[in-house]
Amino acid sequence: MIEVTNLYKAFDGKPVLKGISAVFETGKTNMIIGRSGSGKTVFLKSMLGLIKPDKGVISFDGRVWDQLSLDEQRQIRKEVGVVFQGNALFDSMTIEENIKFPMRMFTSMSPEDKKKRVNEVLEQVNLEGVNDKYPAEISGGMQKRVALARAIVLYPKYLFCDEPNSGLDPKTAIIIDNLIHDLTVRYNTTTVINTHDMNSIMEIGEKIILLKDGYKQWEGDKSQIFFTDNPDLNDFVFSSSLFRKVKELVQREGHF
Amino acid sequence: MKYLETIGQYSLMLKQVFKKPQKPKIFWENYFKEVEDLGIKSIGLVGFISFFIGGVVTIQTARNLNNPLIDKLYIGYATIKSIILEFSPTFISIILAGIVGSYIASTIGTMRITEQIDALDVMGVNSLNYLVLPKVVAAVTFYPFLIVISMFLGVFGGWVVGNMTGMVLSYDYLKGIRYSFDSFDVVYALIKTLVFAFFIATIPSYYGYYVKGGSLEVGRAATQAVIWTSVNIIIFNYILTQLLLS
Repeated sequence: MIEVTNLYKAFDGKPVLKGISAVFETGKTNMIIGRSGSGKTVFLKSMLGLIKPDKGVISFDGRVWDQLSLDEQRQIRKEVGVVFQGNALFDSMTIEENIKFPMRMFTSMSPEDKKKRVNEVLEQVNLEGVNDKYPAEISGGMQKRVALARAIVLYPKYLFCDEPNSGLDPKTAIIIDNLIHDLTVRYNTTTVINTHDMNSIMEIGEKIILLKDGYKQWEGDKSQIFFTDNPDLNDFVFSSSLFRKVKELVQREGHF
Repeated sequence: MKYLETIGQYSLMLKQVFKKPQKPKIFWENYFKEVEDLGIKSIGLVGFISFFIGGVVTIQTARNLNNPLIDKLYIGYATIKSIILEFSPTFISIILAGIVGSYIASTIGTMRITEQIDALDVMGVNSLNYLVLPKVVAAVTFYPFLIVISMFLGVFGGWVVGNMTGMVLSYDYLKGIRYSFDSFDVVYALIKTLVFAFFIATIPSYYGYYVKGGSLEVGRAATQAVIWTSVNIIIFNYILTQLLLS
């Protein structure tokens, strides 16, 4: 479980996060949603330790980030898997080397075991036979799967995904969403996904937090989305006529 | 004020760079890769430039010493002094700052803007230590060899050109390069090389690592890296010369 309390962050005097508190539960796909510029990425990067917040507390299963030494923070980072928006695969390494990298850095596994684990995670993300290719030689969807495979290779306790569907076609996006959900259940990770993709929210949003102008405006799950009066949420989620019609239909039926 | 901030950030970067590698095996793998990328791949160009500059120095010296009262051995003497004291350690380092410096700044800068450095950091890898230390160690250990090769080929180039043009006889040239030879000149050149190699590896790494923005900014960072590496080489060339030779 990741607990965030009263998080503030400003850049050049301009506040981006204005006292956000949230709890991200273990074994669930927790989603941070909001428009571009709402502070989602800053929030996620603050949790990852890539941005230092001005105020607030972030704790990983009771371990308060700011109270840890640099080595203890690095220890937590070994328990974290991240899928970046642009995948962040090491372009000078092959797919296999990319996935092996965390194992080479942090374990003393034998070469055979590493190879076995690489093939295992590639199979889990439905990607086989690409071991010797370079990231530039495979499609965006495949790169996303490789990024996921690298993120889960060391059995992470915490999985962060920043806009995992950006640049993907709707079908591939759904496949990636379901994959993230399956991996969350399989590894019992605390998964935090940053997105503004409505399909993702409806597909795997077990816990949803809406950010707007640096504030948390709403919290709930995907079934509650259809029955809330929160104007900010309705404005964001049901901005398209398709989703407005879906909302009407669900409200008439009484359940999602 | 901005310069002080830059120097401070550069010093903090070095503090992170000079930590014990997390995985020595991976460090040594990266070291040998960097020796190839930053050193071995530069041998051809350094050798080519050194040979011809050696020839040019010989021709110019011969032309300026075209006086029957001055012994021809001074042509070889002046050539070897110019090459060992200044051309090889300083000017080859400036050339390397251009070639290697822009390569380092752009590769690290690209890693920064494509979030590869963020990926290393969130994995718990000390990205500065992982990326920069092998480059520093490779440059500091390999560039002295490169400069010795440059010295040899520069002097050899002078001998070949002197013979070909007939401006200096082989006997006079060889006598000249041995005349009043001071081995401290080579030590002085190698001390300078070590300092310059450190700049060539660390200053471009700094500009690449802290780049913000996109590909345009990476290009600008590479240019800045070359400029400031060259400026530091020139300034420290003066300081070291003052300290070691005066």
